[in-house]
Amino acid sequence: MYDFAPLIDSITSYLNTNFSPFWAGLLAMVMLGLVLLLIYAVLGLYLVYAERKICARMQNRMGPNRVGPMGLFQTIADLIKLLLKELIFIRNADNFLFNIAPFIVIVASIMAIGSIPFGKGLQAIDLNIGVLYILAISSMGVIGILIAGWASNSKYSVIGAMRSGAQVISYELSVGLALLCIITYAGTMQFSEIIASQQNGWWIFKGHLPAMIAFAVYLVAGTAETNRGPFDLAEAESELTAGFHTEYSGIKFAFFFLAEYMNMFIIAAVATTLFLGGWLPFHLFQWQGFNQVMDFIPPVFWFFGKTAFVIYLMMWFKWTFPRLRIDQLLALEWKYLLPINLMNLILISFLTLMQWHF
Amino acid sequence: MDIELKEKEEYIINMGPQHPSTHGVLRFELCLLGEQVKYVIPHCGYIHRGIEKMCEHLTYPQLVHLTDRMDYLSAHINNEAVALCVEKSMNVEVSDRVKYIRTILSELTRIASHQLWWSAFGMDLGALTTFFYGLRDREKILDIFEESTGSRLTQSFITPGGLMGDVHPNFQKRVAEFIKYFRKKLPEYDQLLTGNVIFRERTKGIGIMSKEDAIDYGVTGPSGRGSGFHCDIRKIEPYSAYPFVEVNEVTLTEGDTYARYLVRIKEMWESLNILEQLVDNVPAGPIMLELKAIKAPKGEYYQRVETARGELGVYIVSDGGPSPARMKFRSPNFSNLFIINKLAAGHKIADLVAISGSLDLVIPDIDR
Repeated sequence: MYDFAPLIDSITSYLNTNFSPFWAGLLAMVMLGLVLLLIYAVLGLYLVYAERKICARMQNRMGPNRVGPMGLFQTIADLIKLLLKELIFIRNADNFLFNIAPFIVIVASIMAIGSIPFGKGLQAIDLNIGVLYILAISSMGVIGILIAGWASNSKYSVIGAMRSGAQVISYELSVGLALLCIITYAGTMQFSEIIASQQNGWWIFKGHLPAMIAFAVYLVAGTAETNRGPFDLAEAESELTAGFHTEYSGIKFAFFFLAEYMNMFIIAAVATTLFLGGWLPFHLFQWQGFNQVMDFIPPVFWFFGKTAFVIYLMMWFKWTFPRLRIDQLLALEWKYLLPINLMNLILISFLTLMQWHF
Repeated sequence: MDIELKEKEEYIINMGPQHPSTHGVLRFELCLLGEQVKYVIPHCGYIHRGIEKMCEHLTYPQLVHLTDRMDYLSAHINNEAVALCVEKSMNVEVSDRVKYIRTILSELTRIASHQLWWSAFGMDLGALTTFFYGLRDREKILDIFEESTGSRLTQSFITPGGLMGDVHPNFQKRVAEFIKYFRKKLPEYDQLLTGNVIFRERTKGIGIMSKEDAIDYGVTGPSGRGSGFHCDIRKIEPYSAYPFVEVNEVTLTEGDTYARYLVRIKEMWESLNILEQLVDNVPAGPIMLELKAIKAPKGEYYQRVETARGELGVYIVSDGGPSPARMKFRSPNFSNLFIINKLAAGHKIADLVAISGSLDLVIPDIDR
């Protein structure tokens, strides 16, 4: 049920019968790119809307409620405003790097979206090293941040970029190690196979306590990697005004802004895929009736529901916790998360070796 | 301040005059070693309006309105300081009703000011939700002010000789309601911020001010009391209705940012206690003295009061005319500001923000 493979197969066969192989390949790529960009834009805009609504709920406010029903078109109006805004050119900035930085950040997150499985067969590219690919691509974004901070030629920006560099490089380790725990369990790095291995139970339940620890560590480290509160030191509004993007305006600022939200989505989507069974429905033991009802809900809804839950957790952190200081941030990683993670990995290797997981 | 000669390679940042965490237009000149602050030089004067000079051209009832614009979060208390000083010079005493109402308004102002400080302090540390919690409760106080005085921020309600008018008939009822309401809401502040691990890590042991430093620099108010400096004017030199009530001075001895934070939280509880003692006992009486002319006789007069930020002194030199010959305000924020280099040097930038937040600076009061 709800398998998208036939649909995609029919599109491919239509292209192959009506066009030469070169044009068919090109058209397929263009269509895929357009669909991904559309998903990217819509998701990004509505994540911003979701955050504004959720933080409003936490702060006794209404949130956007004027543009469209319940303010649904508010972020679209904001995007149009940002598109029409003047781009300020800074006289003493390194203009080439200054202009290229937002593109590096946004391209990194668009590339990562490509390998995320939204549903059965709904995956642009199913690499056999999918997890590694996501880790590699999403850490490219920090290069953009560093360039932005350096090229702006502003003292606040340099401090923000410096902090961001230190932070992302440190927390990359924890993210990687936490994911490695599940890779050890599943024995593969391919997203489709990791999901297939969770057919009879999600890893967070199947993997005993170590999987839950890995999930918690991944959430903390993932939040830190996206530069969001309580780890938003790179921006640190009250200290550095806006950190690395202080000097950016208009759509270039919007690129940083969108990329931040999409990175959050990617972190949440990877957590969903590895720990929470991806697009698989929730099953309880042998309760046939219950399981069938769950199967009836389309996988795409399962995927987005789980991702939304993880995103909600991350927003909850942001709006209730104060910000850490840079030395505390690094101490948290190197003194606590990393040793916990390494111990956890040894434990999981042992469990996998003895076949003690369910 | 002991600042070494500036080297050529120093990384100097101008924090302010427009900066989110200076709460106004204060400018800090920071010298950084990476993340670490080497020294801070505060530059004041950006919003100087010459209030003291302007006072020389206004009559006493008129100049009260300027005092609202100094520490705009303690407007009632500033008004009261001038009123008390002028009354002292004329050797008259207002009725008990006026004294009670003045004290109730002052304590409400103190709570409102601490609420706003709490909100902004959370923002300084990156906890954005505190702002809305604090302002939600502050709104209740501003509503009481609006009903009785017609104004929410700069009331100019207390004037030499009494009050501008009588309070609204609902006044006592609404204050009593507020006490009940805020007693329930204040624990939320602790749940949201005080108990948070990150918050404690960020504030404990940061910016330690010794009692000697506090006295040397003249740091008064909650900031001084966090270091164990007994400087509560309500206790030392009770004025208005404070002699009639039991005032407990809140002091802590740690002297760090967390102690200054706790002093203010406890002061809100204490202010609620004071309000509770006053609100049901407001006596009847005239709200304005019948005086021929309100002007200080020839001489020099000084009166000090406890604002939400510390000791506010009003010094009037009069030549017997309708306006003062010279007027001087000893404003608490001006004295509290200059210890910042001593507290923040050697800490991180993030700590500087926390420390300047814990000193609770209101910039127009520094510059006047």
